[in-house]
Amino acid sequence: MTARPGSTARSSRAAQAARTAPDDIGIDALLADPDTGIIVCCGAGGVGKTTTAAALGVRAAEAGRRVVVLTIDPARRLAQSLGLTELDNTPRQVTDIGAKAGGSLHAMMLDMKRTFDEVVEAHSTPEKAAQILANPFYQSVSSSFAGTQEYMAMEKLGQLRAQAEREGTWDLIVVDTPPSRSALDFLDAPKRLGSFLDGRFIRLLTAPARAGGRAYLKVFSVGATITAATVSKVLGGQLLADVQTFVAALDTMFGGFRERADVTYALLKEPATAFVVVAAPERDALREAAYFVDRLKSEGMPLAGVVVNRMQTLSAPALSGSRAAAAAEQLEDRGEDETDDDLAGLTPALLRLHADLAAVATRHDGHVRRFVAGHPGVPLSTVPASATDIHDLEGLRTVGAALAAG
Amino acid sequence: MDGVRLHVVTGKGGVGKTTVASALALALSRQGKRVLLAEVEGRQGISQTFDVPPLGIEEVRLVTHAGGGEVWGISVDAKAALLEYLHMFYKLGRAGGALERMGVIDFATTVAPGVRDVLLIGKVYEAVSRTTGTRRHQGPRTWDAVVLDAPPTGRITRFLNVNVQVADLAKVGPIHSQAESITRMLRDRQSVVHVVTLLEEMPVQETIDAIGELSDAGFGLGTVVVNQVREPLVDEVLLETAAEEPERVAARVRDDLAAVGVRAAAKTVSGLLGEAHDHAERVELERSLTDEVASQGLPTLTLPVLASGIEDGGIAVLADELLGQGVR
Repeated sequence: MTARPGSTARSSRAAQAARTAPDDIGIDALLADPDTGIIVCCGAGGVGKTTTAAALGVRAAEAGRRVVVLTIDPARRLAQSLGLTELDNTPRQVTDIGAKAGGSLHAMMLDMKRTFDEVVEAHSTPEKAAQILANPFYQSVSSSFAGTQEYMAMEKLGQLRAQAEREGTWDLIVVDTPPSRSALDFLDAPKRLGSFLDGRFIRLLTAPARAGGRAYLKVFSVGATITAATVSKVLGGQLLADVQTFVAALDTMFGGFRERADVTYALLKEPATAFVVVAAPERDALREAAYFVDRLKSEGMPLAGVVVNRMQTLSAPALSGSRAAAAAEQLEDRGEDETDDDLAGLTPALLRLHADLAAVATRHDGHVRRFVAGHPGVPLSTVPASATDIHDLEGLRTVGAALAAG
Repeated sequence: MDGVRLHVVTGKGGVGKTTVASALALALSRQGKRVLLAEVEGRQGISQTFDVPPLGIEEVRLVTHAGGGEVWGISVDAKAALLEYLHMFYKLGRAGGALERMGVIDFATTVAPGVRDVLLIGKVYEAVSRTTGTRRHQGPRTWDAVVLDAPPTGRITRFLNVNVQVADLAKVGPIHSQAESITRMLRDRQSVVHVVTLLEEMPVQETIDAIGELSDAGFGLGTVVVNQVREPLVDEVLLETAAEEPERVAARVRDDLAAVGVRAAAKTVSGLLGEAHDHAERVELERSLTDEVASQGLPTLTLPVLASGIEDGGIAVLADELLGQGVR
């Protein structure tokens, strides 16, 4: 946290690690490649995903790409980093970015409920849409059920992609993924919703509403009857009725949901997509990153590499931590005989600070080295920690430059 | 914190919620309490922190003290909680299996609004109110305290409030009444929410937002835990002098280093001063953030950054800190 912004000095151990380390991601080549159409940033919460996504967006725009950054974060962090006061469900242009290079930058924050409402409105008749939007079950589903965020993020990505193709507005979409409970929820969401919608339970729920009366008894086994009775007993009859109305009303558009989810999922597997796994040089964050990397591999998703943010770097890399600590001790031992001027104690304090930073840097390097050893062939870039938090364009540019430097 | 039986620990992602929840549980157990430490997001953070095999839906003993205090851990799972719930209230052995096959369990735990969260909190509620007697609500409580490693600040209010929403949605039936009693417990004086933060801008901002939301929603707030605080390593006056008179200071550092035989290249000297400069900036930022946290008017607990991370007994060190700051 104490390296000067923009400082790329590394500790000697880090430099040594770099020689045995894998390739860096090659961010500039990735951003410049016209075939790169989508970049997905994923990783655990609090590792700087949003900052990374924003920094990639800024750097790409300034390299001439026409970029839209989609973020899904209730804390409006991207808004803060980009100096925007309001991010709603439509992409807003970030002024003064990339114009010189012929690029542009738009940013937006996902409004879950609004995206869901838009989907409903776009795919049903006005009367039906009104009926769905007024349903109490829909109202809570659209704003709070587990997976809505992930699902709607995918929906929005699909929309942006379609808009980009239709209007030629953007040639690169950078997506910041939801701070998911479990790593790749956003990948699972469409499938989960899909398998649920195809399931027998949903047919059971819709059957009475559709066929009326007890017709559904013929369709299902005795088990199903028990189920219906149980569901009614547990949830309460009124809630079940709301659910049935809701599901019946949505029934016609569910097919569309499923199809679009499949299309987006396929899109993510295309070579035009690049996944960037974001991590911090700590045990938990890298463990999560390892999980992401393995999972992306097993899903056949194109991984560009891993970004490790907030690496401790040293401004005086030539001096080792242990030498600094020893020197501090020597100076302090001598100190009592020295004249007591206003700079007394300064050098030992600076040396101890350095020794402390060196210890942190060593720990960070160790975590990264272990990760690299466990994941041979996975490109990895590191970003030095900055002294203060990043919340302006200048800071994002610095991060972008560090990313490009590897 | 006297009389508190449910400690909900939240905070922005990455601030060390699990670490703080674990240290709190350990601190309470050192007072001779029987403490249950629960996680609800399936991340297995507790098992990693205490270096034990992954936790399941059974409570597992993590720590025992000679004085009688204990920490137990559980990873609450919505699906298991629902099946347990159905079994308990409806004796649904076989039908439970049918529900599973029909996809009802998946529906309830992943798709239905809030049901998942209701089940998770429901399990915590059950643990808080469980007694050792053979009949319900008889005998002493099983747990003196329950510490919940809760969802992050972005979701915490919705998570704790979900029962209100569900009580509105399901207007009758057992889920409705369960939701109501859970809401009562969460707003009770025996339950408090602790917010963990780092001295960084965004975590502090989220902490302030969460405090506002939680207190508007009627939840009791416990403390703000400022995690990973670094001791200032360089005297402030010296830092100021270094900023004001870089040349004189550089000369002194060079001389001092030479005096103890450190080969002091100009780059090393300027590097050391650069590190001091960054340190000063950081200290200044942390001071203003500390003031912001203090302005929230909640008791503040401070945990130091551990140079070697939380491995190798780090949690015990943090628990000591909490005890030293009056956590009971």
